[in-house]
Amino acid sequence: MTWVNDVIQGIMLGGFYGMLACGLALMFGLMRIINLAHGDIAVLGAYLIYVVLQHWNTSPFVAILPVLPVMLLLGYLLQRLLLERSLRSGLLVPLLTTFGLSIVIQNLLQQGFSPDVRSLGAQAGSVATASWQITSQLSISAIGALTLGVAIVIFGGLQLFLSRTGPGRQMRATAQDPDTAELVGINSKAVYARATAIAVAIAAIGGMFLAIRSDFYPYSGPTYLIFAFEAVVIGGLGGSLWATLLGGIVLGIAQTIGGQINPEYPVLAGHIVFLLVLLSPRGGLVNLRRVSA
Amino acid sequence: MSLLELEQLKLRHGLLEAVRDLTLSIEEGETVALVGANGAGKTTLLRAIAGAHRPSAGRIGFDGADITRVPAYRRVQMGIALVPEGRRLFPALTVEENLLVAAQRRRPGRWSVDTVIEAFPMLARLRGQRAATLSGGEQQAAAIGRALMTNPRLLLLDEVSLGLAPLAVEDVYRSLDNVIAEGATVILVEQDLTRAAAVADRVVCMLEGRLVLEGAGSELTREQITEAYFGLRAKPEVQA
Repeated sequence: MTWVNDVIQGIMLGGFYGMLACGLALMFGLMRIINLAHGDIAVLGAYLIYVVLQHWNTSPFVAILPVLPVMLLLGYLLQRLLLERSLRSGLLVPLLTTFGLSIVIQNLLQQGFSPDVRSLGAQAGSVATASWQITSQLSISAIGALTLGVAIVIFGGLQLFLSRTGPGRQMRATAQDPDTAELVGINSKAVYARATAIAVAIAAIGGMFLAIRSDFYPYSGPTYLIFAFEAVVIGGLGGSLWATLLGGIVLGIAQTIGGQINPEYPVLAGHIVFLLVLLSPRGGLVNLRRVSA
Repeated sequence: MSLLELEQLKLRHGLLEAVRDLTLSIEEGETVALVGANGAGKTTLLRAIAGAHRPSAGRIGFDGADITRVPAYRRVQMGIALVPEGRRLFPALTVEENLLVAAQRRRPGRWSVDTVIEAFPMLARLRGQRAATLSGGEQQAAAIGRALMTNPRLLLLDEVSLGLAPLAVEDVYRSLDNVIAEGATVILVEQDLTRAAAVADRVVCMLEGRLVLEGAGSELTREQITEAYFGLRAKPEVQA
């Protein structure tokens, strides 16, 4: 029964990782940019929610509402001012740009908010602590269920946007062949900026759950970037969006089962599954080759 | 005033000069066949007109406006559409999606998914299929349809018969004849000289980035074109 519990906890944790990985996968799938600042952007989102909560006594779930448009705008500007210029010089330059951006965000957060560890769990109220006891061995936390639910809504919404709407169609066409997309009237730079705006806003939602589930400080980003990156690779680079959520869930299950074997193992177990997928002939490696071709 | 005016156009691929000081004008309603050996600069020229290749010197005028620096997607809105070499459909999008994606920023006009399918009946049963699963001829029809969806004033066709079975070529050209008959302005690159001369009002032959022969499709003899095509005579009839 503990194993069943582990898998269920792992699935819910996977929803969290999937949420963090979503924007990363979107930007990689569309522009082949690996955004090394993605974790820090999520943490930045958490800090912005923290700022709102200092002026307005409410729950983080409400405080994120004014933060989302700010993040959309920041994402749009990030693409237009930094990444668009970097992309002109090949695929490696954006990698360096986002690496630098990561350091800048961390240091600005430290400057502005001190290195103190914070959490928004207390402000989230009973959602952060409540749980349903199914059996003596099996309980489902409210925040875990909510995380997974929100992740499914985000992935489903994004999938619907991509497959059903005009701008989504433009995004898919640009991802497949940016040169030809321009020739049928698509402004690929505008498409890229829109996608980065969406990716950054979704990262902020991930940042909110990070801040409620656990604690954060200015240098939290890279740890979560690694988990998000592993989720994307396990799902298969450049594959479908749902595969990324699935990758997050596989990572989450690996971590909870690893933790069951030995409390010191969760992160290690996640890394091992990631490496196994990367090394498997039909796993991530195949996709990596296809992408670079 | 001509619809399209190229003045002293110079196009480069790195150090290679693909098109050298080319001057050419195309009138509204005209059908021009661009012929020449591989590497003569035909594809580069079409891509430059469509905005996918930035000229290193010279000027491109369209409908009286200087569009030399206008990006490709804006030229689509102005009425220039290219059917690229190799068709270049979006492979994971369905045929219908490939058509719709081009309709986002189009000019007003008669082309829609339904009228394109009317013009290319073979696409009717393929509407919901992914473009990657289509045969060469079907892909070509979809690619031309996609360009038509923007309601172009100037349609650029790059090697529409390349890699197609003879019957598929017949199909594609039969549908194209209707488009041309409606008065569209067309520049087409075609390797089949007989077909090029039959379809076009004017044949323009390029050799190593220069314009070497130009004349009405009905007046030029096959020998004249062949000579210009291979550069057999050092005396070009038209110096650009």
